[in-house]
Order: sequence, then structure tokens, then C-alpha cells
Amino acid sequence: MNALVIKNLSHSFGARHALRDVNLSLDSGCFAVLLGPNGSGKTTLVSLVTGLYNAQHGDIHIFGHSIRSNPLPALARLGVVFQMPTLDLDMTVDQNMAYHGSLHGLPRKEARERAVEELERLGIDDRRGEKVRSLSGGLRRRVEIARALLHRPQLLIVDEATVGLDVAGRQLLLNHLRSLCRKGMSVLWTTHLLDEVEPSDQLIVLHQGSVRWEGEARGLAPDGKLAAAFLQLTGQPS
Amino acid sequence: MKMRYALRALAGIMRREILRFVGQRGRFAAAIVRPLVWLGIFAAGFRSVLGLSIIPPYQTYVLYEVYIVPGLAGMMLLFHGMQGSLSMVYDREMGSMRVLLTAPLPRWWLLGARLLANTITVLPIVYLFLLLARFWDVRPPAFGYVAALPALSVAGLMLAAFGLALSSMIRQLENFAGVMNFVIFPLFFASTALYPLWRVEEVSPMLAMVAWINPFSHAVELIRFALYLQFEPVAFAVCTVAFALFFGLAVWGYDPGRGFWARRAAE
Repeated sequence: MNALVIKNLSHSFGARHALRDVNLSLDSGCFAVLLGPNGSGKTTLVSLVTGLYNAQHGDIHIFGHSIRSNPLPALARLGVVFQMPTLDLDMTVDQNMAYHGSLHGLPRKEARERAVEELERLGIDDRRGEKVRSLSGGLRRRVEIARALLHRPQLLIVDEATVGLDVAGRQLLLNHLRSLCRKGMSVLWTTHLLDEVEPSDQLIVLHQGSVRWEGEARGLAPDGKLAAAFLQLTGQPS
Repeated sequence: MKMRYALRALAGIMRREILRFVGQRGRFAAAIVRPLVWLGIFAAGFRSVLGLSIIPPYQTYVLYEVYIVPGLAGMMLLFHGMQGSLSMVYDREMGSMRVLLTAPLPRWWLLGARLLANTITVLPIVYLFLLLARFWDVRPPAFGYVAALPALSVAGLMLAAFGLALSSMIRQLENFAGVMNFVIFPLFFASTALYPLWRVEEVSPMLAMVAWINPFSHAVELIRFALYLQFEPVAFAVCTVAFALFFGLAVWGYDPGRGFWARRAAE
């Protein structure tokens, strides 16, 4: 079954078309990169997929469940890291994790155990008792990733999560998520950074609200010159 | 929706609200100091100016302090409801609202849980105030404190729902100051919290009518009657209907197909 299917998705804000007839599908266990310059419609797409608001046209299915007509099973399978920080700054890391666990119906003990596990994997378990406000931007991002994985989603959407992360942090995050894909989880990774794309990734290039390319990244640039190919598609550097 | 999961979410939302409220010491202190200032200073000044006749639920002449204590308890609920509204707007601006709204539970449940949590956090402070009011000789019957709990809960839920509905209409945190001026103060002053309706009628029948249709007046009267072991059916009915109306408006405001998010995205 496809992890995510988007059919004929269009959305406008007044006279401005944010998305135009977007179609795409993600297989289970794939690492897909949604690549586009700033303002290309990536965050609008994420907002629509996560059901924050409904699309004006088209439909979105997450593991076969429509986000519009049957949102609860769709959301239960979904983990999200929004571009905007969403942690509660005045609560500790542990309290933020527990809150998220409760929203996903996890018993407290299980949520605590999973939180320790996820935070350990991302190298921040020693900061569990600290208030989020005292953490650096990079560490907060790691906490957000750990939190999004707490309820073991089958599809993880990560909206420009590497903003503010150092090189090592970015690499840690990407390696971790790619390893989860090998275990069956699907990831939709949105970015405007070309160096986060690997040749084997499923690549979707979004520009001015339309999908300009969909397929394996190596298919777009067989010669390995992804930047040049992207420039040709969008008319601007990423 | 599995009830077990929904209840865990409710418990989680409650824990978060309590942690936040207790953590904000300034807000905590203001919540108790504000009504005490009104009782200790405002009421002391007014008691010699404002004579009160015997009006239900009181069976004798009462001191002005006795009269305004239910109104001040209502004021605590009103301010707390508005703080809840402010907190919703803040959460939206800071992004943490997205975590709540992408939980796999119906939005009405999530908003209702937030509402309930908001109301429950303020009740201990209201009781603390009612107990401190005994120092001003405001001593309702002992069982009145128990009887007031459902009244305070209904009134608190109604005012929190009002705040929630407002939060779905306020677009930016900066606009909240306007809400204070145009919503809280008129609601509080054009009510029976500080003066009985007959007193207002003497001065302005129009203002008395406004006070009578003001749901906050009914919240205050519900608390006042309950404290003296009486039930006020009209006040209860108004509070319940107003709660349903405000909550419905809030659910509409946070609906993904309508209301705030779609409007906000369009800006």
C-alpha cells in the first residue's frame, strides 16, 4: 500500500496559487525528498497533508485514509516535524515528550520508555530533565524529531528540519531517518538544500506550486550534477 | 475514537495546563491578589455609599463585601477564561497548537479537553479566595462551598468557552489588548457582579437590560445562589445555552475546512 497518495491537489490563497494540480505517491519504506526553492509551496503541502486545513481541490490519502473524510486513522499513522518550532519552551524535554505521547494515546510508562529510547538515539537523553528554553536550536530540533517518532508513525513528514542544525547534526538526523526507512517507515523530507539529496532517494521537485519532477534522484541528474539539473527545472539555484 | 486513548489525551492536556499554570507564578499570584484588592479596597470604599436591600438569595441585609464576593469569584473565572484564550493565541503563534491539532482525535474533543483543563486549574484558586474572604466576614453556610462547585464549574466552562471562541477569531497576539478593553471590562462592569440589578435599573433601565442579557451576570448569580444553597434555574439555563453556543463557535473556528486556519493561511 502507498504511504501517501496526493491526487489533483490545488490550493490558492486569494489570487495566489500555492499549489496547482499536484499529484504524487510515496511507497512504503521510501525516503522521499520534496525539493523546492523558498515559496514553492512545500509548507502549504505539509499543512494540507497534516490536515491543519483542507485543500480546495483534490484529495490526500495516508495509507488509504483520506485526511479530509477520515482524518483520525490518517493522523494516527503520521508523524510531523513542522518547519516552525512547536515545542513548549517552558516545559522540560520529558514533559514535552509525555504530552505528545498522551495525545497519541500512549500509556505514561510506555511513553516514558519510548522517549528515553528515541532521545538516546539522537544523543540528547542527558538533557531530558531540562526546560526546552535552555536548549540550543539544534538540540530543540533533535527533540522535535524524537517526539515525532514517539508514537512510531508509519509516515514521517519533516518540513525543513535541518534549518539551524550544524553539519554533524544534519548528518545524524538524515542517517537516523534513512535507517528507519530501511525498517519500513516512509519519510517525506522537505528541503531547499540539494546536498541533502542522495542518488537513491525518491525526488519530487516542486516549483511555483507544481511538481516539475518526480522519480529517483539519479534519474534527474545521471551525470551527478544535480544543481545544474535543478537550475534547469526551476530557473533558479536552490 | 477509542475512549481509552481519548481519556489519556485528556489527562495529558490537563497535566500540561496545570504545569503551565503553576509554573507561571506571576499569573498564579495575580489570580488571587486581583479579587482580594477588589474586596479589600474597592468594597471597603463602596460599603458606605451603596446600600443594599434584602434581595434573594440573602435573607437579611448584607454587607457590600458579602454581595460582591460571588461577582469577584466570577471575575476570577472570567479573567482565567481570557488568559486561556490568550494562551491559545500564544500557542498558535509559537507553533505548539499544531501539535494539538494534528493529534488523531476529533477537534471538538481536543478543544473540550483544553477547556476542561482550563476550568479545573482555576477552581482551587477560587476556593482559596472564598476561604480568604471569611476574613472580611463573608461566611456562607459550610455546605454552600460544596454546592458552589457545580455552579463554579458551569460558569467556568461557559467563560472558558467564550475565551476559546474569541481565540479562534483573534489573529495576532498583539490584538489581545483590544479584547481586554472591548470584551472583558464591558462584560464585567455591565453585570450584576458589583451592583444588584435593581440598583442599575434605578440609574439606567437600558444598562439594566444589558446586564440582564449579559451571560456573565447569570454566571455570577448562579454562583451567588449556590453559595447560599439555592438553585437559580434561569441562570443555569443561560449559562448552559451560552456554553453550547460558544463551544460550537470555537469548534467551527478551529475546523480545518473553515474558520481560523484556512483564513490565516490565506493572509
